[in-house]
Amino acid sequence: MEVFSQFIQLFFSGLTIGSIYALIAIGFVVTYNVTGVLNFAQGEFAMLGALTAISLSGAGLSLWAAISLAIAIVVLIGALFEKTAIYPARHSSAATLIIITIGVSFVFRGLAIFIWGTQPQSLRPFTSNHPITIFQAVLLPQNLWAIAISLVGVFSMGYFFNKTYIGKAVSACVVNQFAARLMGIHPEKMSLIAISISAGLGALAGIVIAPISGASYNMGMMLGMKAFVAAVIGGLTNAPAAVVGAFLLGILESFAEGFWSAGLKDAISFALLLMMLFVKPNGLFAKATGKRV
Amino acid sequence: MHERRLGTWLFALGILLFPLIVHSNYLLSILIMIGFYSLVCNGLTMLMGYAGQISLGHAAFYGIGAYTTAYLSATHGWSPWLSIIAGAIISAFIAFIVGIPTFKLKGHYLALATLGFGVIVYTCFKEFTSITGGMNGFFGIPSIKLFAWEFSNDARFYYLIWIVVFLSLLFSQNIIHSRVGRALRSIEGSEAASDAVGIDIMRYKLQVFVYSAICASIAGSLYAHYVTFINPQAFDAMLSIYFLIMVITGGASSIWGAVIGSSVFVLLSELLKEVVPLVFSNAGGEFEIVFFGVLLVVMLIYMPNGLTAAWKKITGKWRTSTTLSPAAKGGGGR
Repeated sequence: MEVFSQFIQLFFSGLTIGSIYALIAIGFVVTYNVTGVLNFAQGEFAMLGALTAISLSGAGLSLWAAISLAIAIVVLIGALFEKTAIYPARHSSAATLIIITIGVSFVFRGLAIFIWGTQPQSLRPFTSNHPITIFQAVLLPQNLWAIAISLVGVFSMGYFFNKTYIGKAVSACVVNQFAARLMGIHPEKMSLIAISISAGLGALAGIVIAPISGASYNMGMMLGMKAFVAAVIGGLTNAPAAVVGAFLLGILESFAEGFWSAGLKDAISFALLLMMLFVKPNGLFAKATGKRV
Repeated sequence: MHERRLGTWLFALGILLFPLIVHSNYLLSILIMIGFYSLVCNGLTMLMGYAGQISLGHAAFYGIGAYTTAYLSATHGWSPWLSIIAGAIISAFIAFIVGIPTFKLKGHYLALATLGFGVIVYTCFKEFTSITGGMNGFFGIPSIKLFAWEFSNDARFYYLIWIVVFLSLLFSQNIIHSRVGRALRSIEGSEAASDAVGIDIMRYKLQVFVYSAICASIAGSLYAHYVTFINPQAFDAMLSIYFLIMVITGGASSIWGAVIGSSVFVLLSELLKEVVPLVFSNAGGEFEIVFFGVLLVVMLIYMPNGLTAAWKKITGKWRTSTTLSPAAKGGGGR
């Protein structure tokens, strides 16, 4: 029975961290498909969102107002990032664009040190933090919040891309930019929208995890890299597959940590990344198309 | 041709005379750091600028060199010379094994795979505590001896590292002006075209990757014997990205870019450590990354060929027909 309760416990903490990876991974996939940029600064949006929300809530705003405002601010930062760093370099090679986004992530991280310092900070939980016991496993309400918010995020993104006019226009650019342009869609404008949305999703992820594991200037890099792994498991071009990949990765990490070694879980995640790249670069769920990277 | 040789020998003369003119240990230690980074960037420039392949994981080889030599010389009492060579062989072997599947990938996927490799190796340094000492670090690495001559002070070590850098630069220059160098540049230009004219792309990519790994490994080994204490944080993903910054700042299209980029990076970070706390008193940690981030973005958008190319342009020597770095070519993105 003890093993079973530990199992449930690890499963839920895997789902929690997986839901954070999922929100960031959707941002990756959307950005990558619309702009062709693998955005290494994606994880930094989570950091900016979390720290901004903490500051705003510390300044006396109610929690939900602080969260909404923080997301709005990060969306603006995302738009600014697109205008100043991605747009001027849009014709550069893949390597150049990657390195530019790494540069931007440095700028974000450094600015965060200037604004918030290096000490980790914490956001108060969304609701009272009374542990809930299910099958002898102890869950915190914040974990449930994380999972629920991320699922809402995932489904509203699905709705946005499939049912709304702008969402369809963005998806059209993913499928065929040239044809989209012929239909009167501006891919440049869609790139701005895609990166802003990704920034907002990243911010949301950071805010959700802030009450659980705290927030500091350097939280973004690892979150971002893990979300990469999730996106690659999903094949980089498929948002729902990336979400599944994110939950798989979260659960795998959680079990690796629980049953083996906390230190080695990063090595396991990245070993999985290499395996995916070497064996199935089109993603775990891709049908064999013969098209190689 | 002769002009090239002239530049090389002038450079050697400058290095030789520097410690005789300048007697500050602080400046010498800065130049030694520049030496380590130049050696890494020399190999990385060959990989990025000439073969057109990106690597976000070279700190791993730097670390493998450092830990191998530390383990063999401190724990098992090997001569540092032998342990440095052992580190280079291990790095070359790992580069070869990892390179085979990795260099089948291109662009984004190659960047991700090398990044993943770097993180895995870093985690191993952190976790295999019986060999590496884990996060507490590895103490008591002996200094290098040549007969009775011990490379224990800055001036002596300065000559050791710069002789190695100089030899590796000469070696790279010879590769560049050989058949191999032309093959590499053709791969950078177009893989399909070079494949069509009978160049074994995979073989050349692997060779240059192994060469760059050996350079990084030797640099890491020498670093370990210089500082005598290492810990995993000295070899994390940030260092790989710093190497990238150096190569790009210097310019990946010239082998001298490695030395220039490393110098700019080290001097700039020393300067920032001096100046920034005066202006922003509450800044701590790695605040200087803001400036490197801006440097990187601005360089890539406005000066994608780096400082050496900009200099050649100013002096009117730059011919458009010579090689361009991968960064310089438009149209690669979507």
